[in-house]
Amino acid sequence: MRIIAIFAVVITGFLLIYATLDMPNWGDPNSPASRHVSPRYIEGTMPETATPNMVTSVLADYRGYDTLGETTVIFTAGIVCLMLLRRVTNGQ
Amino acid sequence: MVNRYENVLIETVTRLLIPAMQLFGLYVIAHGHGSPGGGFQGGCILAASFILMVISYDIKELKSRMSENLNTILCAIGVFIYGGTGLLCVILGGNFLDYSVLHKILPVDPIKARYMGMLMVEIGVGIAVMSVMISIFLNIASRGEHEGALN
Repeated sequence: MRIIAIFAVVITGFLLIYATLDMPNWGDPNSPASRHVSPRYIEGTMPETATPNMVTSVLADYRGYDTLGETTVIFTAGIVCLMLLRRVTNGQ
Repeated sequence: MVNRYENVLIETVTRLLIPAMQLFGLYVIAHGHGSPGGGFQGGCILAASFILMVISYDIKELKSRMSENLNTILCAIGVFIYGGTGLLCVILGGNFLDYSVLHKILPVDPIKARYMGMLMVEIGVGIAVMSVMISIFLNIASRGEHEGALN
């Protein structure tokens, strides 16, 4: 059984490493990720939003709906933690 | 309940450090448009200052400044500011979270209105992250009792 497990792990690891060989080089300007929406954001940030920090404009403006979800996740985590752990004794 | 262990050195350094940390946290939130930073990072710095207060003093010291009710309400207010900014854009006739229509109520042009809308959103995120971090830390560190010192 252990032999089979090791075999499966080695094969999966080999496949994953083999798959990384097809990935574009680090920082390659011709990679698909750098050619699709990134130039649009880089060119549009200053004329459209007047924000020097591109990360903020993508986070809060172009992808504002996503950040609303992130904030809701944090809020839900805090409220659930409060509901599960908080114990109010009768003296208080 | 654990008694507070008093240490002049820790308490003095903390008293000097906490205002500086809170000022820096507000700076990180407000200046997130021009430099690395924003609501999440600034909120965590603000929460770290309150957590430092709990570690070096005790929970009672924190509660005299930020009660549990206030903290829990601030969690909701942060998310409400974010969602409310989005809904305000809808009320003013734009899409949800399309800040450029905010120029109708702010004395700026539509491009600068997006900058201002982002700032409002970041403030909401900062408030929510700060109060959630404090709440989670207090509940886990004191096992839900909210009393005693942690040192």
